[in-house]
Amino acid sequence: MAIVFQKPKVLTDAPMHYCPGCTHGIVHRLVAQAIEELGVEGKTVGVASVGCSVMCYDYFSCDMVQAPHGRAQAVATGLKRARPENVIFTYQGDGDLAAIGTAETVHAATRGENITVIFINNAIYGMTGGQMAPTSLPGQITQTTPYGRDVNTAGYPVKVCEMLSTLDGVAFAQRVTVNNVKNVNMARKAIKKAFQNQLDGKGYSIVEVLSTCPTNWGLSPVEALKWLEENMLPYYPLGVYKDVEEGVKVK
Amino acid sequence: MKVLMKGNEALAQAAISAGCRHFFGYPITPQTELAAYMSKQMPKIGGTYLQAESEIAAINMVLGASAAGIRAMTSSSSPGISLKGEGISYMAGSDLPAVIINVQRGGPGLGGIQPSQADYWQATKALGHGDFQILVFAPSTVQEMVDLVSKAFDKADEYRMPAMILADGMLGQMMEPVSLPEEGEKKLPEKPWAASGHQGKRTHNIINSLYLTPDKLEALVRERYARYETVKEKEQLCEEYLTDDADLILVAYGASSRVVRSAVNKAREKGLKAGLIRPITLWPFPVNALQKAASHAKAMLAVEMSMGQMVDDVRLAINCKLPVHFYGRTGGMIPTPAQVLEQIEKLI
Repeated sequence: MAIVFQKPKVLTDAPMHYCPGCTHGIVHRLVAQAIEELGVEGKTVGVASVGCSVMCYDYFSCDMVQAPHGRAQAVATGLKRARPENVIFTYQGDGDLAAIGTAETVHAATRGENITVIFINNAIYGMTGGQMAPTSLPGQITQTTPYGRDVNTAGYPVKVCEMLSTLDGVAFAQRVTVNNVKNVNMARKAIKKAFQNQLDGKGYSIVEVLSTCPTNWGLSPVEALKWLEENMLPYYPLGVYKDVEEGVKVK
Repeated sequence: MKVLMKGNEALAQAAISAGCRHFFGYPITPQTELAAYMSKQMPKIGGTYLQAESEIAAINMVLGASAAGIRAMTSSSSPGISLKGEGISYMAGSDLPAVIINVQRGGPGLGGIQPSQADYWQATKALGHGDFQILVFAPSTVQEMVDLVSKAFDKADEYRMPAMILADGMLGQMMEPVSLPEEGEKKLPEKPWAASGHQGKRTHNIINSLYLTPDKLEALVRERYARYETVKEKEQLCEEYLTDDADLILVAYGASSRVVRSAVNKAREKGLKAGLIRPITLWPFPVNALQKAASHAKAMLAVEMSMGQMVDDVRLAINCKLPVHFYGRTGGMIPTPAQVLEQIEKLI
């Protein structure tokens, strides 16, 4: 019987711990698929960050390093500088990348570190049980904004792709989502490009994936996708924010 | 051949000689010359000098580089070491080797920039959260800085744990003649555990400190502590100076031990039987030498550039068998030989 569809080999057989309807599973698959298609599993090292996805070190079959909270891109910098021939990626949530790890993110980006950053933006802290994230929307109800995020006291959401695209060290920044087949395909291409850029030595590449957190949003998986479409997509427009064809490193 | 070198530069050159090609740092006084030396030398030898955005980032770059299986180093001074504590805890929990230099200055807070030994507790007991130790070496001369950097890299690799050189602003800034190790590629140990890319030849390596199952975490911590027992058994280092017939044993390390040595010499000139035990490893603490000395001496006197931190370990080492006194200056003040001699005269 012909096999027409199967799990990428870069995903292990370890059972994933993610909640039903969470989009981490889709993004894991897309990352694994990109690594497999590019044939670089043997020289890829992933960096797992603190948050729901921390245990992705068990799910990807390449070598993995677990970083302290927010420090994934500093760890990735060390890994890449130590072995420039390796392919280094980080997989980070919004709390990790855009709150506690903002400095590490901005400076890895401005240095033009030749790494691939996969950024999961689901507008909430998932693992700790649904607190306000740096990317929570104005008015969004979370455990720590029970009356809705008041921008007068809690400030405004961080728009990561917009912010990083102002930095000269960033070669590629694209925001995607995985709410339907069309968008999953777009995300697949963006993620593969972010890895290909590293192989081509182009410099810092980031893909922001708008994601759902049905559990902490208090919605069913289907309702969560609808919430993402109605609330997140208008605030965080999809698209390519930066794409420097020739790369950002001065040759 | 001996060359005249500043302590901070000697630390840097010693790291390069030990096979370190990756240095990640952040500017802070009084370790400044170390990073400057690295920034000048590393590009010439194909190494990496990277000025990080913070001490936090720098130690995590070291974590990444060490995870990749190579020798990496960072340096800082007291307030910066506080920031590195998080990363060092993660490295200890992930069994990663590295060398961290602390050129101590006065504290707490921003403190001052003059020499101090007030980070003893931090280095030996409370560098970060969780049950762990790191190796702590305390040089007292520029030559010893060179020798201990090399040892620190070797021992860190051997035991898979971070190692610290606990120096201070005086040692970092002073110049002394040193013999540098022979240049030439040192054979570095294999690291089959490293996240260096499996090349399809083995299952994936995971560098990790997260264990949500308590019995698994406890077992791992216990395995680490069994290793620490080996370290305590095999790696204690100290210098004993005129201790055989001493009535009063002074205990001092690093910069303050230089002052104490002068005071002991002056005491001997006056016929006072004083001796010095100078710990070279602060963790493991040289318990054996202190216990031996406690069997014949009448009292001990710890001298530190702090309000009294190592003195606790002296008391514990000899199980309070002898009276243990303390003399210290802090805030960047350095005790004089005359001040220490005055203490000796009071006690003998």
